[in-house]
Amino acid sequence: MHKLLTDDPGGKMMLLGNEAIARGALEAGMAFAATYPGTPSSELSLQFFQISQESDLYFEYSTNEKVAFEVAAAAANTGVRSMAIMKHVGLNVAADALMTLAYVGVKGGMVVLTADDPFMFSSQNEQDNRYYAKLSGLPMVEPSSVAEAKDLVPYAFDLSAKLQEPVLFRTTTRINHSTGVVELGKIPPRHPKGDFKKDPLNLVTVPAVSRRLHVKLLEHYKEAQTLAETSETNFIDGDGRWGIICNGVSYNYVSDAVAELNSKDKIRVLRIGFSHPMPAALIKDFLKGCDQVLIVEEGEPYMEEAVKAMAQEEGLTLPIRGKADDLFTRLYEYNPAQVRGCISRYFGIKDDSPEMLDLSDVPELPQRPPTLCAGCSHRATFHEVRKAAEGLATIYPTDIGCYTLGLLPPLSAADFLICMGSSVGTAGGFSETTDKKVIAFIGDSTFFHSGIPGLINGVFNNHNFTLVILDNGTTAMTGHQPHPGVDMSRLNMEGYGQVDIEAVVRAIGVPHVTVIKPYKVQKSIDAIKEAIAFEGVSVVISKEVCALYANTLKLPKRKPFRVGEKCVDHKDCISSLACPAFYIWNDRVRIDANLCTGCAVCAQICPEKAILPVKKSA
Amino acid sequence: MEKKRLIIVAVGGQGNLLASSVLGEAALLAGIPIRMSEIHGMAQRGGVVESALLFGDAKSTIISDGEADVLVGFEPAETLRALGRCNAATVVITNTAPLMPFTVNIGQGVYPDLGELRKLIQQKTARLIAFNAAALAKEADNVLGVNMVLLGALIQTGVLPLTVDQVKEAMTRKTKKRFLESNLKAFQLGFDAAEAA
Repeated sequence: MHKLLTDDPGGKMMLLGNEAIARGALEAGMAFAATYPGTPSSELSLQFFQISQESDLYFEYSTNEKVAFEVAAAAANTGVRSMAIMKHVGLNVAADALMTLAYVGVKGGMVVLTADDPFMFSSQNEQDNRYYAKLSGLPMVEPSSVAEAKDLVPYAFDLSAKLQEPVLFRTTTRINHSTGVVELGKIPPRHPKGDFKKDPLNLVTVPAVSRRLHVKLLEHYKEAQTLAETSETNFIDGDGRWGIICNGVSYNYVSDAVAELNSKDKIRVLRIGFSHPMPAALIKDFLKGCDQVLIVEEGEPYMEEAVKAMAQEEGLTLPIRGKADDLFTRLYEYNPAQVRGCISRYFGIKDDSPEMLDLSDVPELPQRPPTLCAGCSHRATFHEVRKAAEGLATIYPTDIGCYTLGLLPPLSAADFLICMGSSVGTAGGFSETTDKKVIAFIGDSTFFHSGIPGLINGVFNNHNFTLVILDNGTTAMTGHQPHPGVDMSRLNMEGYGQVDIEAVVRAIGVPHVTVIKPYKVQKSIDAIKEAIAFEGVSVVISKEVCALYANTLKLPKRKPFRVGEKCVDHKDCISSLACPAFYIWNDRVRIDANLCTGCAVCAQICPEKAILPVKKSA
Repeated sequence: MEKKRLIIVAVGGQGNLLASSVLGEAALLAGIPIRMSEIHGMAQRGGVVESALLFGDAKSTIISDGEADVLVGFEPAETLRALGRCNAATVVITNTAPLMPFTVNIGQGVYPDLGELRKLIQQKTARLIAFNAAALAKEADNVLGVNMVLLGALIQTGVLPLTVDQVKEAMTRKTKKRFLESNLKAFQLGFDAAEAA
C-alpha cells in the first residue's frame, strides 16, 4: 500500500512537503487531480500517479498546464473535488482558463497548486504568483511549514466549496522540498463521480453572461475577505510595539530570529496565511498597536504595498518598510541570517551571532555543473547538428528540458530560450529577420506541451527553419513522467492511447521530415545536412530512449567502451563530446566502464578508431 | 530544546538523502523536533547535493552561512566548498577520498591539495575529523556505504542529541534489509574512526 494511504489518524510521519500536500488532499476527499510536471511540484503529482493505480483516485498527466487546469475545472463543475498542480510558470500557461473560471466558479471544491521557485533552483524566472490571486480575484492560501501544508489543503478545499470558487494554494521550493513531521488525519471516502447540470446562462461566458458573473465574482471576493479577517491562518505571535508582517517560509526565519534576538516581548509578528484577499481590518488593527512595522516577504512587495495602502486609509503615519536597498531584496530566496540581520538593523537590536569565517585564503574550487548524463542521446544529436552545420552562421533557439544543458561548451547548442515551446515560435521570427540558418531544439514532452502551434505557424507562414525534436520517450528532466507519445504498455499500464510525433508532424504538412537514430553518427549528420539545406520548414526527429530511463525500463544493456592502444591522445573525444564517462589518468583519456552506456558515439568520432568495446574478460 | 544545525554535502549518488532520512527517522523516534531541506531539481548525477537538518526548537528548514554546528562532507572538495556554512565553533567531519569533478577531468579546473584542504578546515573550525570513508565502506563490504560510515562518525561526536540505538533502529526502518548488516558494520567502522581521531 502507498504510504500516504496509511489509515492511522493521530500517527506521525516524516514527509517531504510535496508528500504532505498530497496527504492533505487525500484527507480533504480530493478525488481528481491533473498536472503537467514541473519542479518543485513534480513529486506531488508522482504521489497521485502512484495512488491512482491502487485506488479510485483519478489522476492524469495532461499535455500542458492549461489542459490540466481545464480537466480539473470540469471535474469541479460536476461537484468532484479536484486539484490542478503546476509550477509557477505553469500558471502562466493556464492563466487564460484561470481568469474566466473565476467568473464561472466551481460546484465541488477545486484547489490550484502553484509552486513558486525563488532563487530559480530549477526555473527560468522567479515570478511571484501571489499576483495571480490579485489579478483573478481568487482566494489564495500559503503555508509556512510542511505540517501546515498538509493541514491547509483541506482548509483550501473547504474554502473553495464554501465560496464556489477555485482556491490558489501557493508554495515555494522550500515548502515542496523540505521534510518535516506531520500528524495524520482521517481519509474520508472519495466521490470520483459527479453530475453536470445544464445551466448555460451561468456557465457559458458570452459577454451578457460574463457581465453578471463578474458581479458574482466580486461578491465572492467580499465574502472571502470577511472569511480572511477571522481565519486562523492569519495569526499573531508575541507582543510589543514593534511589528513584523510576514508569510510563507519567511515566517520561520522571522520566528527563529525573534527568539535568537531575545525579542519576543518587544516584537509582535502577524503571519499571513490567507494572503488574498488580505485581511484589511485585522492588519489595520495590528498597525494601530505598533510604532514601526517591517514586512518580510520573499519576492515582490505584494503585502508591503497593500499594508501601506491600508495605513493611508486609516491615516496612520508609522514607518512601514520592507523592500529597500538597506533592508530586503526582491531577489532570490531569503535565509535565516539575512532575515535576522534586517530585523536587528531595522529595530536596532544587537545581534551577537557567530562571526562568519574569513575564506579569502581558500583556493578556487573546481565546479560540478549539471551536465547531460553519460550516453545521453541529446549529446549525440547536438554533436551531429554542429557537424552538419559546420561553416554556416547559425542560431539555435532551444527549449525547456534536459537538453537546455546543451548550452554549455563544447556542445554550445543553445542561443535563445524564454519558455516552454518558445523554440519553435522564436525560430520563425529569427528566420524572418536574419539570414542565418535557424535550427531549433525541442524535447518530445515539450513538443506536445506547446510546440505544435508554433510548428503549424511555421508551415502556414512559410518560415525557414529546421526543428530538431529530441524524442527520448519520456519527460526526463522532471523524473520520467509519461507524455502522450509514450507507449504506456511498456510500463505495464493499460487504458492509454498513444500519439505518434512523426504522424503529427506529417499531418501538419511539414514538407521535409526525417527520423534519425542519433547513435548512428554519420547517417545522422547526412540526414541533418539535407534537412538544413531545405528551404522552408524541415523537421528532424531524433529518436533514442533516455539513457537513465532505459535503466528503469530494464532495456538490454550495451557493452561499455574503452580507449585502446591506437589512441594518440589528441583528446578529440573529450573536447567535442565532454561525456562524463571520460576521465584523465596519467594524462591519458580513459573511460569509466561503470558510467559508459555503450552508445558508441565517441568510438565513431575517434579519427584513430581507438575506442573499442570492452571484451567480457577485460 | 537547544538547536543543532547540521549540513551534509555530497556528490549526487553518494547517498546523502538516505543518510538524512535515517537521521530524520531517528529524531522522530527520539521525539526530537526535526526539519530538513534538500536541493533537488537540476542537481543530477555528479552534481552537488546539499541537505540541511535542524534539530530542536527552530522553525527554519535551511541553514545560513556561519550557522552550522556540524558539517559532514562526503567528498573533500565539497566539504571545503561548504566551509562558509561553518563558524569557529563548528565540528567538521569529512571523507578524504576525492571524486574528481568532470571539469577537472577535462582540464577546466584544479582539484585542491588534500593536505592544504585539511589545514584550512582545521585552522578555521573547532575540530576536524577526516578519514577515508570510502576505504572503510569497502572494508564493510559495502562500497555504497560511505553515507553510513560518516553517519557513524557523526553520532560518535555527540553533537546531535541522538543515541546510537536510535540511529540503528532508524537504519533498520529506512535502509534495505539486504544491506542492513553491512550498513551497520559501516556505521560501526565510522564510529570507531571518529573515536580514534
